[in-house]
Amino acid sequence: MQGDDQDLRTQDLPQVLVIKPPPLLTLFEDKFMSSKFQLLKAWESTLPLDQFLTTYAGSVRAVLCSGASPITLDIIRLLPSLQLVVTASAGTNHIDLNECRRLGIAVANTAGVFSDDGADAAVGLLIDVLRKISAADRFVRHGLWPSKGDYPLGSKLGGKRVGIVGLGDIGLAVAKRLEAFGCTILYNSRKQKPYVPYPFYTNVHELAADSDALIICCALTAETRHMINREVMLALGKQGIIINIARGAIIDEKEMVECLVKGEIGGAGLDVFENEPNVPKELCELDNVVLSPHRVVFTAEGFIAACELVVGNLEAFFSDKPLLSLVIDE
Amino acid sequence: MESNNIGVLMTCPMNSHLEQELEKRFKLLRLWTVRDRSKFLAAHRNSIHADVGNCSVCANAELIEALPKLEIVASFSVGFDKIDLAKSKEKGIGVTHTPDVLTDDVADMAIGLILMVLRKFCESDRFVRSGKWKKGTFMLTTKFTGKRVGIIGLGRVGMAVAKRVEAFSCPIGYYSRTEKPEIKYKYYSSVVKLAANSDILVVICPLTEETRHIINREVIDALGPKGVLINIGRGLHVDEPELVSALVEGRLGGAGLDVFEHEPEVPEELFGLDNVVLLPHVGSGTVETRRDMADLVIANLEVHFLKRPLLTPVV
Repeated sequence: MQGDDQDLRTQDLPQVLVIKPPPLLTLFEDKFMSSKFQLLKAWESTLPLDQFLTTYAGSVRAVLCSGASPITLDIIRLLPSLQLVVTASAGTNHIDLNECRRLGIAVANTAGVFSDDGADAAVGLLIDVLRKISAADRFVRHGLWPSKGDYPLGSKLGGKRVGIVGLGDIGLAVAKRLEAFGCTILYNSRKQKPYVPYPFYTNVHELAADSDALIICCALTAETRHMINREVMLALGKQGIIINIARGAIIDEKEMVECLVKGEIGGAGLDVFENEPNVPKELCELDNVVLSPHRVVFTAEGFIAACELVVGNLEAFFSDKPLLSLVIDE
Repeated sequence: MESNNIGVLMTCPMNSHLEQELEKRFKLLRLWTVRDRSKFLAAHRNSIHADVGNCSVCANAELIEALPKLEIVASFSVGFDKIDLAKSKEKGIGVTHTPDVLTDDVADMAIGLILMVLRKFCESDRFVRSGKWKKGTFMLTTKFTGKRVGIIGLGRVGMAVAKRVEAFSCPIGYYSRTEKPEIKYKYYSSVVKLAANSDILVVICPLTEETRHIINREVIDALGPKGVLINIGRGLHVDEPELVSALVEGRLGGAGLDVFEHEPEVPEELFGLDNVVLLPHVGSGTVETRRDMADLVIANLEVHFLKRPLLTPVV
């Protein structure tokens, strides 16, 4: 594998810095073999990161990252030649976007690629919570059906008013699916979307008051941090369900746990938490909660499509062609 | 005939709202509470005019013969495989069921099961609860959007499943007794052909002599090691021992099962598998729908005793 000819050829290729490998890379490294670039794997070095960057990354023009490998101000400062940040995620809250904008560093993500999987999972979590599927499956596996008889009834999905928080690609995909189940869709977003048939709510509190379930699909920003607070949850009500497939910090987790334990809201389906992989132990004891380990976009098909998009962006960059999925700040 | 004197036999506990409403209107006789059933039926043979049953116990030939004054059988279910229709017809006994009111719930459950099996929500929930997330990562799962879905039985629930599946951009194929030319989905003339061309197979046809074990070894093999079976019909639609060995041996990719051959018994070999989801026959199990089903049973009984046409007779 490391023949001399091979070394000479790869030495000419521009480098893409990777500080910590995104799951995409760990699982599908072969898809990252390219004739346009090679990977500079910082995590394989024994040097402390800042020393590694100063020594080896001076001419690096592109970095590949993900949520687990944030691109902070300090890191950007150590990469004087940086022109592109590619993240293997739709979310960009782990990148100092202000600094990138200031320095003219482009940012590309994997928006769009995960919309279907994210939406499928949001619908799955909602059905699971309303119809108590995971809980009933536990019931059967513990051999309780013969002894305890019928499982408690769930709640019908059809006719439910579902408030979508954040009507981007994923939010729209959720809406399309839930309409087929006979749900009424409402939404809140930074701005009203002109060609969308669903009623728009200017704030999350009013949306919650009018909804039977809230599905969180928005980005994590300074404005949305802890946006789902106690008041919003009380407005949602004792039968209300929260589904979060976005970021844990959008919900005031401590308050949510208390609301669930006290029965102030009806249930929750959560793929994300404030301090992953730690999950409040109270949630692990509730039957009206479904817990998922930040996996709603982790399908084999989604990952392969994401690999192709990430590599596509990098190859376009090194061929001086337009990026495929440039993040444009609104 | 004063209604409080009309004896209504209820075969098993199924819904407390239904029980209460029956008790208000009729003389309710609870079959499951007596030890000697034959003696009980003999003692009340002249006062029982109606039988209310469900998908576990309803009205077989023996029961019908034991009740000479039986006029109507009202099932708290849409399926009527536990009713001897021939004998009922012979004796001029009306038979009703609860179609339509539970269509949405059962179709929702089919999609729920598909998502649970493909995306492994039950398994990942266990993963988090057991603390394993702190030590490692969960596996990649399988995408649902765009997968080929094959539906066996395109009645009310089958069509409702198709409508939902369309929203996930899935191509749809179906098998039914006869092709439906007005339907845009692709028709397959055999279940094996449908299985061979599907990633996910949903069973939702009525249980009859012809459809008993409609899912057999051949169909399971055609569906294959990446294929998923969803059964929201009846346990007897599937050759259960064949299904279990196919799942255990990895010859079938996964299964979401709401029904079993000998409910509430579920083959224990399935308990340890992460590619199956096992539910205790809860397809129509919501507060709202069970209430609607109960109201429909009561309404059918009321119109019958008022000598008006039945609302939802089994046709």
